[in-house]
Amino acid sequence: MAPSSIDYQIMWNRLIAVVEEQAMTLIRTAFSTSVREAGDLSAGLFDRKGRMMAQAVTGTPGHVNAMAESVTHFAREIGAQNIFEGDVFITNDPWLGTGHLHDFTVVTPIFRGGLHIGFFACTAHVVDIGGRGFGPDGNEVYEEGLLIPIMKFAERGAVDEVLLRIVRANVREPDQVVGDMYSLAACNEIGDRRLQAMLDEFGIDDLDGLSDFIVETSRKATHTAIAAVPAGTYRNTMEVDGYDAPVTMAVTLTVNGDRLTADFAGTSGMSRFGVNVPEVYTRAYACYGLKCAIAPQVPNNTGSLEPFEITAPEGSILAAKRPAPVSVRHVLGHLVPDVVLGALHKAMPDTVPAEGASALWNIQISARPSDPASALPNREVLMFNSGGTGARATADGLSATAFPSGVSTMSVEATEHVGPITVWRKDLREGSGGVGALRGGLGQTIEIEPRQGYDLWFNAMFDRVENPARGRDGGGPGGAGRVELTDGTPLKSKGRQLVRNGQRLRLSLPGGGGYGDPTQRDRAKVATDLEAGMITPEQAKADYGYET
Amino acid sequence: MVDGSLRVGVDIGGTFTDVALERDGRVSTAKVLTDYAEPERAILDGIARAAATANVTVKDIGQVIHGTTLVTNALIERRGAKTAFVTTEGFRDVIEMRSENRFEQYDLNLLLPEPLVPRKDRFTLHERVGHDGAVLLPLDPEEADALARRIVAEGFEAVAVGFLHAYANDGHERMMEAALRKHSPDLSISLSSVISPQMRELPRFNTVIANAYVRPQVAAYLGRLVAKLREAGIGAPVFMLHSGGGLISVETAAEQPVRLLESGPAGGAIFAAGFARAHTLDKVLSFDMGGTTAKICLIEDGEPKTANTFEVARTYRFKKGSGMVVSTPVVEMVEIGAGGGSIASMDTMGRIQVGPRSAGSEPGPACYQRGGEEPTVTDANLLLGRLDPDNFAGGAIPLSSAKAAVAIDDRLAAPLSLPAQDAAFGVTEMVDENMANAARVHTVENGRDIEHFTMIAFGGGAPLHACRLCEKLGIDALLVPPGAGVGSAIGFLKAPFSYEATKGLFQRLDAFDSDAVNAALTQLEREATAFVKAGASDAKTVTRLTAFMRYSGQGWEIPVPLEHRRFTAADVGPITQAFETAYGTLFGRTIDGLSIEITNWSLVVGSVLPPVADVGRPSEADTEPPWPKRCFYDTAQRKTVEARAVERVAMKPGVTVEGPAVIVEDETSTIVTSAFRAIGQRDGSLLLTRKES
Repeated sequence: MAPSSIDYQIMWNRLIAVVEEQAMTLIRTAFSTSVREAGDLSAGLFDRKGRMMAQAVTGTPGHVNAMAESVTHFAREIGAQNIFEGDVFITNDPWLGTGHLHDFTVVTPIFRGGLHIGFFACTAHVVDIGGRGFGPDGNEVYEEGLLIPIMKFAERGAVDEVLLRIVRANVREPDQVVGDMYSLAACNEIGDRRLQAMLDEFGIDDLDGLSDFIVETSRKATHTAIAAVPAGTYRNTMEVDGYDAPVTMAVTLTVNGDRLTADFAGTSGMSRFGVNVPEVYTRAYACYGLKCAIAPQVPNNTGSLEPFEITAPEGSILAAKRPAPVSVRHVLGHLVPDVVLGALHKAMPDTVPAEGASALWNIQISARPSDPASALPNREVLMFNSGGTGARATADGLSATAFPSGVSTMSVEATEHVGPITVWRKDLREGSGGVGALRGGLGQTIEIEPRQGYDLWFNAMFDRVENPARGRDGGGPGGAGRVELTDGTPLKSKGRQLVRNGQRLRLSLPGGGGYGDPTQRDRAKVATDLEAGMITPEQAKADYGYET
Repeated sequence: MVDGSLRVGVDIGGTFTDVALERDGRVSTAKVLTDYAEPERAILDGIARAAATANVTVKDIGQVIHGTTLVTNALIERRGAKTAFVTTEGFRDVIEMRSENRFEQYDLNLLLPEPLVPRKDRFTLHERVGHDGAVLLPLDPEEADALARRIVAEGFEAVAVGFLHAYANDGHERMMEAALRKHSPDLSISLSSVISPQMRELPRFNTVIANAYVRPQVAAYLGRLVAKLREAGIGAPVFMLHSGGGLISVETAAEQPVRLLESGPAGGAIFAAGFARAHTLDKVLSFDMGGTTAKICLIEDGEPKTANTFEVARTYRFKKGSGMVVSTPVVEMVEIGAGGGSIASMDTMGRIQVGPRSAGSEPGPACYQRGGEEPTVTDANLLLGRLDPDNFAGGAIPLSSAKAAVAIDDRLAAPLSLPAQDAAFGVTEMVDENMANAARVHTVENGRDIEHFTMIAFGGGAPLHACRLCEKLGIDALLVPPGAGVGSAIGFLKAPFSYEATKGLFQRLDAFDSDAVNAALTQLEREATAFVKAGASDAKTVTRLTAFMRYSGQGWEIPVPLEHRRFTAADVGPITQAFETAYGTLFGRTIDGLSIEITNWSLVVGSVLPPVADVGRPSEADTEPPWPKRCFYDTAQRKTVEARAVERVAMKPGVTVEGPAVIVEDETSTIVTSAFRAIGQRDGSLLLTRKES
């Protein structure tokens, strides 16, 4: 009995549950903090031609297109004649995977009745990959750690022990990294088990018909959505801090019928530091931003992603060439949606938000004994923190909330059990939301002190310090970020720095831009904001024209 | 005269107040409309009716057991007290910043839920306790006193106090409480170190705030209820079902109303657990489907699975992350927006979607003829022959097949160019698929294989869908108990007295401090026992101990059951082993060379339930009589089949009906698909088993 369109719908629905389960398995078994807390992973199913059929919605849009493209690289490099039942492939090549060495992508071919019918793939951020550690200070990718080319992690079920020995010898946390390699392989196995059960239930032998249905249905829906965008050419540029020099990000968006292209010509050249972005990662965030505004309801697969044709000139900071350092490519990557949405605003007014803090203010803390002779152990602490999002045409921005990334923050109490630090403050930063008829989301203030006997080193990778989020249609900019000690000593916003015992680090995270003329803001909302301390009395008076 | 064996269970739900009255194992029930203004009026009405049915006088009632959605509704509808929150300087916005993420990744216009206590009513004090309980910054009594005076002066009805690391040292919270008491002796005050003494500030603060917010209202309601019962001559003690599935005294409930959050659904799980025990089923998946939602719970060895945190008051219907995470013991249930009233629609890709929007009971499904125009699951079931239009709810609600057909045709079949029957099949299959996926994910998350479970189905919609769900999940046996329409109220009567005490105490196993653990456990046991004895002073009790553990570096703890005893340093070995067993069950493997840590402890003291007699299996009854025929659409066969139509009352013990069959009763119908057969049981249950097995 040939499957009906209802059967295909049911199976599509099931596949999304399968890849969600695959992702959940990874979250619950991973060692990497950013996987389990921040959802820095992805999981998906591909047909034998390498077309992505379904992908789990996780915390990181940056993996969406990147993973979709990577499977074709695997198929090409391994070669059809070398794909066997029981194989597992792996790489962390930034240009063939998801943009930096810390992300491992693992691909497992699916067999049914002895025939190869597709692939499961998953990606996760591992705790360490050797080299300098996670930070922007390397000048070539070679300094950033171990690169594993596309190869077999396992062949016909036998794990490559040589590969494991090499990894173990090159990373700081061998048990956890190798543990995560196994977790990645295991989550593909879970997916395979569920998929086979579904194929049994529906009595089909391959994925081809279902894949055609999913990809073509999604492609058609996406083209229809794009065709609803007014045709034209729309440009936008945005200046951000960068590492050693300001970076201009420029985009030209062209919509012509159901075709959409975005090109980043005019963007600055590469940096000497690890803030460069491989093009695949730029494509992921540009596509994410556009998709949110144009076709948010179409699930991610090859059919819904391909219609967004995104390019960046090779050698620009958004299409870095080997062997550029790319370790913290997420900082500029997270700012890409603001650039494309700014261009789209010209085509679709009242749809996209004002600019936001956008780049996460993650802080990697290395607590070290103040007296090296003391017996105190070294400790590592990673915190995820978000500033404010831009105001929307119909609602205020979200305070201290991640966008475009989907990360979660961790409990301060739990963090203080992990490492010898005291977090004295983590609350909203009053007055940091850009003023407007709709107010930008507030940033936050964080104060951290090393505990007795410790100093702390931290790796700053913070943006929007020199270039705050801009408002839209008369809205004001969000508050600029600031990095300092609580005694007022300013610190740098990028690179490794020391906070001595007795000193307190203060991070003031940027706010989101406002939307529309602040004097037009609903007076009751101004009053509520003022009473709650969300805006300052000076803002109320000078910007909002509010008289008590 | 008062009869100890005469007990009554009362469940207040969103639409109905259900009453179950039990004497000598016989249950009489009543269903009345919930009275929102004075819920106790409906209770008394329901009790009177059930008593009349059972032919007993209400004065003889020996025990009243009550559960309610009142607390959940107060949180959802924001009908709580004017509440102040007092917290540590620097942490005023914990409940507003939440986890700093978005629960809908692709929605640019996402709105986050407003915190229960607005920012202007959240006050901070210069004080700080460290992770180990040491005071880093002492609380200045004068500052506390000044704030107390201000809070009282501003007319707050309730105060929640939550300081950082208060689970490790409650000194500052106690000081603040004393300061408030001094200025207002009767003020309703809730402390995080009492309500939820566990590590992690967001759930702890949410929990203490939710408690404070609903407390004046719940205390007043419970006071009125007891008074009304006394007026009606019912002098029996009143107990409340808590969300963890046990009973507490009405006084404890008034102090800690947050423990009542999910008491209705917990009653349903206990109801199913009672049948699991009676039928000696040690692995059960309970499936409760009503008009708006479906709930799924694992029951192993006769005990519903519990958890320590859950999310309440979701603002985007049932979307994970859109509510408030609270940490209080709870029967762990997965709830999804799938019920008889769930609305089917078509998305931009021409895919049929079902729920989470529901037509509810007003206007209800299109076939109810009350103005509903959108197709629902009930409409689809009607078109597929699974419901009898003339005999729905015992004939109380006449169903219109024509209206159902129009709704399905206009909104789905015509736009999709499908025959109406195919569209209807698409609707039920999609909702079944959603429920099956939720059940599968839940069992996988718990490291279990769903194929080895028996399903127990109750609630109006479950018997219609359960058999198809079993087909999808590979489950071979399904039990449909009697009285399923008032399952929660009956479940209340089977609940033990119990109290779960919890404590955050962070330790790495390589530095295991048995003295600190023993001291904490002694305190937990004393606390829990006191609450249980308050309800059942002479009950025999059991104690269950759980440590929440993980590998150092991980962010998720797993519950590890441990034998309750005094620990010594030598116990590190057995504790490690218990952790590795639990970890292996969940994730399939353990990891060598990593240190292990404990974050929280939980200790449950519960009364021992009386043994349940095994109902056994009936011997085969006489050959089946010639049942009348009726047609329904059998999804697995993709066709309409001719089925036997059987009255539930005819399903005497041992009577076997081969599928396809429809077994009808007033409240619902049980669909037996072609792959199953149904056998009447001694306790009135239906047992459905797969034919091949």
